[in-house]
Amino acid sequence: MSKLNLNEKTVSKARHYAEIIAKETQEFIDKNTTVSVERTVCRLLGVDGVNEFSVPYPNILVDHILKNGDLGIGISNYLASTISSTNLGIMEIAKLVSDQELDITKYPLLDKKEVEKILSPYIHEYLFKIKENKAKRESYFDEYGQKEGPLLYVIVATGNIYEDVTQAIAAAKAGADVVAVIRTTGQSLLDYVPYGPTTEGFGGTYATQENFNIMRKALDEVGEELKRYIMLVNYASGLCMPEIAAMGAIERLDMMLNDSLYGILFRDINMQRTFVDQYFSRVINAYSGIIINTGEDNYLTTSDAVTEAHTVLASQFINEQFATYAHMKEELMGLGHAFEISPDVENGFLLEMSQALMAREIFPNAPLKYMPPTKHMTGNIFKGYVQNTLFNIVTTTTNQKIHLLGMLTEAVHTPFMSDRYLAIENAKYINHTMKDFGDEIEFKDGGIIKNRAKEVLNDSLNLLEEIANIGVFTAIERGIFAGIKRPLTGGKGLLGVKEKHKAYTNPILDQMVKEIKEDK
Amino acid sequence: MGYDMNETKYSKDLNLKKLTPYGDTLNDGKVQLSFTLPVQNDEQGVEAALILSKKMGFINPIVAESITLDNDFTMYVVYGSTIHTIDYTSIKVEKVESEVMSKKEIEDYIDNNFNRNIVVVGASTGTDAHTVGIDAIMNMKGFAGHYGIERYHNIEAYNMGSQVENEELIKKALEVKADVLLVSQTVTQKDVHIKNLVNLVELLEAENLRDKFIVIVGGPRITHELAKELGFDAGFGPKKYAEDVASFFIQELSKRG
Repeated sequence: MSKLNLNEKTVSKARHYAEIIAKETQEFIDKNTTVSVERTVCRLLGVDGVNEFSVPYPNILVDHILKNGDLGIGISNYLASTISSTNLGIMEIAKLVSDQELDITKYPLLDKKEVEKILSPYIHEYLFKIKENKAKRESYFDEYGQKEGPLLYVIVATGNIYEDVTQAIAAAKAGADVVAVIRTTGQSLLDYVPYGPTTEGFGGTYATQENFNIMRKALDEVGEELKRYIMLVNYASGLCMPEIAAMGAIERLDMMLNDSLYGILFRDINMQRTFVDQYFSRVINAYSGIIINTGEDNYLTTSDAVTEAHTVLASQFINEQFATYAHMKEELMGLGHAFEISPDVENGFLLEMSQALMAREIFPNAPLKYMPPTKHMTGNIFKGYVQNTLFNIVTTTTNQKIHLLGMLTEAVHTPFMSDRYLAIENAKYINHTMKDFGDEIEFKDGGIIKNRAKEVLNDSLNLLEEIANIGVFTAIERGIFAGIKRPLTGGKGLLGVKEKHKAYTNPILDQMVKEIKEDK
Repeated sequence: MGYDMNETKYSKDLNLKKLTPYGDTLNDGKVQLSFTLPVQNDEQGVEAALILSKKMGFINPIVAESITLDNDFTMYVVYGSTIHTIDYTSIKVEKVESEVMSKKEIEDYIDNNFNRNIVVVGASTGTDAHTVGIDAIMNMKGFAGHYGIERYHNIEAYNMGSQVENEELIKKALEVKADVLLVSQTVTQKDVHIKNLVNLVELLEAENLRDKFIVIVGGPRITHELAKELGFDAGFGPKKYAEDVASFFIQELSKRG
């Protein structure tokens, strides 16, 4: 039931344009592969670890193909042909290539069916692990129940995974439902994934498979004590998007930040590279039952939250379609938005209420990710606490799902344990005392709230029509999102994009897609 | 927590040579603070918080609230009166001494004093992912009604965004023949911003480039004094806008000739 009386025709037109935009982009995606996609294939076939120079084996294999073969054929064929000719196991192959004792491009390539057949045991071994993880998550939820209302989401960012665990456990006990381990600065620009447990980082902690595993265990333990399943979040973003999605699937993460547009705009990652990477990573997330978090909220940290609200909605529409192309269910689409209107704007709270409810009504099944104020937070932590309270009120009233808690010290330092506690206490108080407030209220016709939603939706439709005409690549080049312009061939990672050969094959991707479709 | 019913005699005069905090009565020295101790929330923990507060220089501290964060972590909200006073009259603060002009005045000043555009390269450097600060000074839109320097018709502004390495910043500055480098540090961890700022100055000095640019740093925890100490030409803290920064560098440029 709509409280905003949004025009359904406008909504479906907007969706239609977004579909056109995603389709055109998908045609590009389908023609290309990347170094990170192929490294992900290696990981999902069981290639793990680093050599004596700390170079990850997936990188060694893919770099070897780049140098001696044609990555456009896909690494699966090279691996299958080597296995078929030598009878070596995958890790043995990786080590021999690392020691320069084996050239895996010299064996006769196989046809697609043979590649599938030879790799089949490896594929099924890993996909089985992922399915087990998915089943385990579901059994936890069956046992403890799904939480009603917003999921309280906090971050830990000490740089040391063991210290992160201490903070995460305290947060879980205080009432956090979701814990995100913020990545160390600059990891998104590394074209490899670091290895092993880490205790040094800046503004965050390295995303490594071992760190995922350490935090997962800790959260399972405290969750069992509390009889709640504590969800774990990390970042399948940056230059290693799909690889980290694969690691997340293997270590049972529950949510992953995943948004090409964010990487393009805010990390200057090449758009061709990251759209191809995003597709594979979303298929992995879809297969693993991992909720994605998209990054639209970030637009408003550089653009004005009043005048540019429609760019957020337009991007949500596009992200929804990208996710649909990656076979993702709506229940996994954590589309992002944020409470970033300046406290000085008259009736700013009403505009926030309107925009948040609009997103809720347009994407009714998506677990929307709602971000707290950051841009207008100051060293006045007392006022900041009020800003966060108002944000919490909108979150509860409009029934947002992933409730990223604001820290009163946002503009000062990475959160103290006490900051996080106060944030959780605030959110719990508001969510409890205002639990059914949203159900009780209606908005008046022709009032600020209804008019605002109408205006943002219309502006967003116009923008989507424009983008559908020029394509998403050109739109980004023109700086339509966040006022940031990025060229088609600029940014980091373009060299890692390779056009697919007509013999290209990626049997593990095909298998995942097949199973997701059967599941539906 | 209790109300202080005891009649306490405080001096009724404001003595700037013996300055102390103001709660609700002149010279009461009242301070509020909060901190967390890694111990359980019980009487012993409260006592620990009180003893620690006394060591910090508070008379009659009161633990208003002790809040359990985890089994072995407790947060304390403490009020007390500090025993310390300071001599306000003897404090000398380094302030940016340039005259602050309006956007129009700055543009006119550039037209009148230089026959070229002024080139500014800015970035949030090192590990800092926040662009709020650099955007406030540089972007068209500016902040709180103060247009950023991109909008000044005779300033060429290059905003490199966040997480820019010092080396990259210097490279860009050389490439576009910058007059001014603007560095922003918004939120950092464990004082890493200090190291990063020092590193920039060291790099410039190592390549004999320090005098080539006016180097300015801004951020919520930056003061002019700190900036000077670290080897920058100026530092701008909170509530400083594009006009403040631009006024400084055009006058400084003109002074240097």
